[in-house]
Formats: sequence, structure tokens, C-alpha cells
Amino acid sequence: MGNILEVAGVEKKYPGVVANRDVSLLVREGSIHAIIGENGAGKSTLMKTLYGLIRPDAGSIKVFSKEVSLKSPQDAIALGIGMVHQHFKLADNATVLENVILGGEPSRFGFVIKYDEARKKLLEIAETYHLEIDPNESVANLGVGERQRVEIAKVLFRGAKILILDEPTAVLVPQEVTELFENLRELVDKGLTVLFISHKLDEVLSIADDITIMRQGTTVATKKPADTNKKELAELMVGGELPKPIPGVQNISEKSILSIKDAFYSRHDGREILHNLNLDLHGGEILGLAGVEGNGQSELIELIMGLLPATSGSVEVLGLDASTAHTKEIRNAGVAYIPQDRQRDGLLMSAPLWENRILGHQFAMPMARGMWVNKAAAAEDSKRVVEEFDVRTPGVNVLASALSGGNQQKFIVGRELSGDPKLIVAAQPTRGVDVGAQAIIWDHLMKARSAGAGVLLVSADLEELFSLSDRIAVIYGGTIVSILNPLKTTPEDLGLAMTGAKSA
Amino acid sequence: MKKDRIFWGTVAPLAAVVSSLFLVSIILILRGANPITIFQVMISYGFEPRNLVSELNQTVSYYLAGVAAAIGFKMLLFNIGIDGQYRMGAFFGAVVGAAVSLPPVLHVLLIVITAMLAGGLWAAIAGYLKVRRGVSEVISNIMLNFIAAAIIAFLLGEDLLGILPEGSQNVQTRPIPLSGQMPTFKLFDGEIYSFIFVAIFVGIAYWIMLNKTVFGFNLRATGLSFRAARSSGVNAPGMIFITTVLSGAIAGLVGLGTLLSDTHSYSMAFPSGFAFTGLSLALLGRNHPVGIFFAAFLWSFLERAAPVLEYEGVPPEIVIVMQGTIVLAIVVAYEVVARINLRQQQRAVGKANVELVKESK
Repeated sequence: MGNILEVAGVEKKYPGVVANRDVSLLVREGSIHAIIGENGAGKSTLMKTLYGLIRPDAGSIKVFSKEVSLKSPQDAIALGIGMVHQHFKLADNATVLENVILGGEPSRFGFVIKYDEARKKLLEIAETYHLEIDPNESVANLGVGERQRVEIAKVLFRGAKILILDEPTAVLVPQEVTELFENLRELVDKGLTVLFISHKLDEVLSIADDITIMRQGTTVATKKPADTNKKELAELMVGGELPKPIPGVQNISEKSILSIKDAFYSRHDGREILHNLNLDLHGGEILGLAGVEGNGQSELIELIMGLLPATSGSVEVLGLDASTAHTKEIRNAGVAYIPQDRQRDGLLMSAPLWENRILGHQFAMPMARGMWVNKAAAAEDSKRVVEEFDVRTPGVNVLASALSGGNQQKFIVGRELSGDPKLIVAAQPTRGVDVGAQAIIWDHLMKARSAGAGVLLVSADLEELFSLSDRIAVIYGGTIVSILNPLKTTPEDLGLAMTGAKSA
Repeated sequence: MKKDRIFWGTVAPLAAVVSSLFLVSIILILRGANPITIFQVMISYGFEPRNLVSELNQTVSYYLAGVAAAIGFKMLLFNIGIDGQYRMGAFFGAVVGAAVSLPPVLHVLLIVITAMLAGGLWAAIAGYLKVRRGVSEVISNIMLNFIAAAIIAFLLGEDLLGILPEGSQNVQTRPIPLSGQMPTFKLFDGEIYSFIFVAIFVGIAYWIMLNKTVFGFNLRATGLSFRAARSSGVNAPGMIFITTVLSGAIAGLVGLGTLLSDTHSYSMAFPSGFAFTGLSLALLGRNHPVGIFFAAFLWSFLERAAPVLEYEGVPPEIVIVMQGTIVLAIVVAYEVVARINLRQQQRAVGKANVELVKESK
């Protein structure tokens, strides 16, 4: 089959910045084509160009061998190009069907919506591509994976032949990723073409037919999974060798710094979230916490941080009773917290970086001197974090919201690891960051471990759990169902344990 | 970077004022008046010394209302209750001031503290309802304004705390003795309330508290992101409550310039409407103590200069149109400036990325 999409010499400049230059891309009809690259390598700019959201300054785009000029998403849709955004754009209080037709409602006389016809068409699409969706379900009731399917159905409903997916797996748990990939295969088998952005190399190698690597705004190579490997892809992405995490010395102390005994937690509505949970963490060890999202991880973290009180049982953090101690005391005792939702829980988005450096450390030296904020120290130490963690920013007076997600995360990790914490609660510390940044963050977590800190690593990334953890605890249905030794466990076993199946 | 901030911080309010003048000019032209003449008349009248004096005295009240609103804004609170808090402050300040006899400075101090307590406690009701019961502070404060006015009207009854001076139709509190009064000083041939120094002090204290102290950091952090503040160890609901009380305490000072230096007693003739004015001024002044001062002065100036328009055949209400359009324009202008700022910063970040990449090669 021929090329459905040909991009040649595309360039996009912003004042002072070249977002894309000399981008070339050949996408074969009926293939899954992955685009990989670091944060800020120009992947999103290219995708936005293809979807008509951005107009390139130079270069040509050919769809079905015909030169096109995309002025708006409407043009792209008319040509059969559809896009599924990383952050879903769905109306929560409407049904699946309403969401799918929103903005392109089939109607009689322009104002009476032909629901029956739309429902029939949607069901046909669902049937053809094996997308499991219920048109009448309210979107509010759907999980992340289901929402993504609705987004895909929405694009197919508009008659897309080429689907662009922006980091579709970033928000999914392993099981959902598998499902998504099955769906994508189905689409391709039926003759559609899928273009997807990712920086998870394992995934790309397992699903893509072609892999194009971008670096510094340009496409550097296109590979077939059979002819390449993770190491080569990673090196092409960063343009050099990856920093390797230092294995570090293992000196697990006898003393447990986090000790949870028979903890229960129920929400106000009476729903039990944590059920008889027991967990111990020693200094100098990394304890991985694996589990499908929504099995009580978030609540467990909030319990440890003193943000929620346990309904019963005890949560002891560095000798403090977390059910009665205030978050401030827990933090002051030496607990670092890397929250899962960095933009909502970890940053003041419209405050400058140096103020964000203070956040969480405003109750103790050196960020505070008595009742006064120590701006000089904050600015100084922000510079250190920027340097050590390779945060790409022109300075520390820049607003946090001006940084890309990966750089925000590096800054948060750098901030939390300062001041030699004794316990580090790290929730998805490398979610959405590129391989280079991931290596830096892993490296620092290992260093903290060598220095004697205990790390609770909550992650959906199995590779991360296996490469860092000394032990992996599996949480399911609000309780720890097993504690595994990563050296003696396969990812398959772990995956099985995460779904609640009793392991041998 | 700092220069940039000051530049953009000034451009937006100026743009708002200019666009408002433009709009008002169109209205004036439609009425057949020459806007240039009208503005000239207003400026020369408004800058007459005796008018400047009353403008400055009015500025004191407006300024405090503006700062009270700004403290709330920093916490994303819309303190529409400034009216009630100011009334409670002035009323109880007057009552307590008249009831005791103390040495001069202490007497004034007691009145000031009483007013702040009264305003703060009144605001605490709204704060409690918001934090514990999830009641929007806008709703509760509107109600509290009515309740405050009604309570004061009741307490001003002649058999309670009010008196009816001979030859007057207005019930008032008993007068505050000399030791509880604040002097005025001469400027532009007039008497300026020395309470202006208290207002200046409040402005400076507000700025230091917000920008230099851990308390202020926690306050701003909670306003910027409740969840991030909570995760960082701030007692975020507590901060909301304290901020509400603080805003109310400052609002309690709004009427004290007039009370301590002019009327020496509280009566129903004390003006109302400080809530809307305060909120407008905080918006226009961008919650900055210096900005709020200029905004407060502009408001006082416009209101003082309004009556002269009648002689020019223009209804003085045009000033209200002006104030309204300024507030509308400022909201738009700040949004535009905020977006320009963010875009500039993102560009700078992008540039830094490219340079870093070049360096590493």
C-alpha cells in the first residue's frame, strides 16, 4: 500500500524559537505509526500542524498524494484526519451519543437532531471496530479507558481515515493499554491509519509498524521495530547515551519509618476505600506500590501525609501518628511528597518557580526564617534545582505554568528531594516525562535511598517498579494482597496480582 | 523582569481608564457636548484646593475598603460584606468610644481595636459558614449586610444606645469625648483627617504581610490553589477563615476617619456602598497597595468633580458610567495582559530550551 500521508520539509517558527524544522514523515496506509521524542522535541507541534491547528511556515503536506493546505481542524476532518487529544474533551453531564455527535450533529432542517440515525451509525462503528461503548451511558460514569474509546468513536463518527492520538497511553493502566492496542489493531486491520505519539519505548516497540524519532524539532530517523531496540531508540531521542541509574548501596535499616497497622478508611458516604491495610517501610529501601488505579492508592498517600484521617487502625510516620498530626508536622519531620496530580497538588501554577520552591517547605529553615519568607534562599536553591535536575527554564522568576509538564515534574522532584528527607512519598514520579528526565529522577531516588531515606514509590509503570523497588507491595481493593520480590517476579505475575488474582 | 512587571501592571489600568474616557467621550458627543471641555472643567474643578481636601478624606475610606477587598481577592473571596463590616466597626467603635474615658492616645487605640474586632467578628460569621457549611460568602455577606443595618437601626433606638440631639432629626450614638478624637491637619487650606496615616500604615502592613511573611505566603498559596496549599502543609480551610476575618477587620476601619475626626458619633447618615466600591478599587488597583491608592483617589476625584457637570448641561451621572466602564475595561485588560505575560514566558522557556540544546552539542 502507498503512503497516505507525506510530510516534507515542514517548518514552524515562533519568535525566537524553532518548534519544527525540516520535518519529513511518510506514513503508510493501514499502518500504526509512532512518533517518539523527548518533551519539547516538537511532536505536538507536528501533530497540531497535521490537524490544522497550526499553520506551518514552510514545507508541504500531502494526503493521499494530494498537496493540501490545512487552515483549520475542519479542513483536516474533511480530509479524513481526526485527532484524539491527550486530555479528553468530553462533556461529563451528557451521554456518550451526545458527546459523539456534539459539533457535527446530523439534523433535519438544521435543528432537529436525528438521534436514531446517529445512534444507529455509532453502533455500526462500535460493531465494525469492536469498540465497546454504550451510546446511552452518561460520560460521567465512565472510566478513563472508556472515555478514550468515546473519543476514538467520535473521531470515527466524523469519518476519519487517519487517527492522530496524542500520548494515548499516558493516562491508562496496563490492562487498559492492552485493550487500547487491541482496538488500534482492529482499526488498522479495517484499513484505517493510526499515528500516535508516545515516549514509552516498550509500547512503541510492541504496537507500531513504523517508528519515527524526533529530536530538537526535527525528525531524525524512522525505524521498524524489528530492526531496532530500546537502547537505540532512547539514544536517538536524547542524541547521546542515556545517564544510567547508579545501582547504589543497599543498606536497609532495621527501623521502620512508616508503619501502617490494620488501617481502615471509609469515605463520608460510607464507602470503604481502605480495608485492613498493613504496610511497613524501612529506611534505605524503595518499596514499590503496584495496583490498578482506584484501588486506594490515593487515599493511602493522603493518609500518610495527614491529609485524611484513618477511620481506624494506626498510621505511624517517622514516629508521628498521621491521623492526628498535621500535614505541616509530617512534612517538617522529614517527609517529602511528590503528588500524583502535579499541577493541582504540587504547584502554584501562576506563581514563579522560586515561590514554588518554598511550597511545602515554608515552615522551616532555610525557606523560612521565623515568620519571614526567605526569598534569597528560595531563589538560590531554585537555581540549584534547575541546574541539578535539568529543568529547562530561562530563570527562576518564570511562572510554573510556562514550563512543560516534564519540566514541572523535574522541578517538583528536585524540590521535594532537597533538605535530605527521611521518607519520600513519590506518586507516579515519572509519569509524562521523557526518558532523559526519567533517568535523572530515578537516579536521584536511588541516591536518596543510598543515603538512607525510605521511598514509597506508587507507580503504574511496571518497568519503573521493577528497576527501582527493593520490594513491591500490591494493593487491590484497598488492601495489600501480596508483597513481591522484584528479582523473583515476572511482570506477568505482578499484573496478575494487580487484578486481584491470588498468586501462588 | 521586574521592570516588565511594573510596566504591564501600569499599562492595564491606564488602558482601562483611557478606553473608558473614549467611551464616555462618545456619549458626550452624542449629547452635543464637547468632551475636551467637559474633561477640562472636571480637572480644574477637581484640583481646586478645597476639593482636593475632601477628595483626600474620601480617599482614606475608599482606600481601606479597597485593601479589605484586596485581601479577600487574594484568597479568591468576594467580600461583598464590606458594607456590613464597616457599619459594625464604625458603630461599635463609636459606642465604646463614647462609653469610656481614657488618656488620649489609648482612647483612640481602643476605638480602632473595637472597630476592627467588630468588623472582623461580623465577617467571621461568613467565614465560618463558608469553611464549615460550604455557604458561598457572597450570599451570606449580602444577607449579613442587611442584618448589620437592621441591628444597628435597632440599637440606635433612643431607649437603647441612640440619642436625638436637640434640633436634629437624626438619631446618633453619644458623642466621643475629646480624648477619643483624632486631630486633623492643615493642607490645601483644609482639614485632612490624620487617620490618613493609619490608612497608609495599613497599606504598608498589607504589602509586607502578603509578600514577606510565611502567613502571607500561605494566604496567597491557598488562594492560588487550595489543594496544593493543603498538600504543602497549610491548614487551607483555616486560612480561608482567617483571611475572611482579616478582610472584615480592615473593613471595620473604613468609617473611622469620618468618625474620629469629623462626626465623633455614628448616625444613620453614614454612607453605604463601600462594598462595591472597595471591590472595584481592588480590581482597578490590582490588589496592590499603591495601585489601590490611585484607584481610590480617582474614584473620589470623579465623584467630587461630578456636580460641576450640571453647569455644563451634562448629567453628573456620567461619572458613574465612567466608573462602570473602567471596571469593565480593567477586567478585560488584565486578562489580556496575563495572557501576553504567559506567552512571553513560554517563549522565553522555549528559547532557553533551544539554547540548552545548542550548548550541549
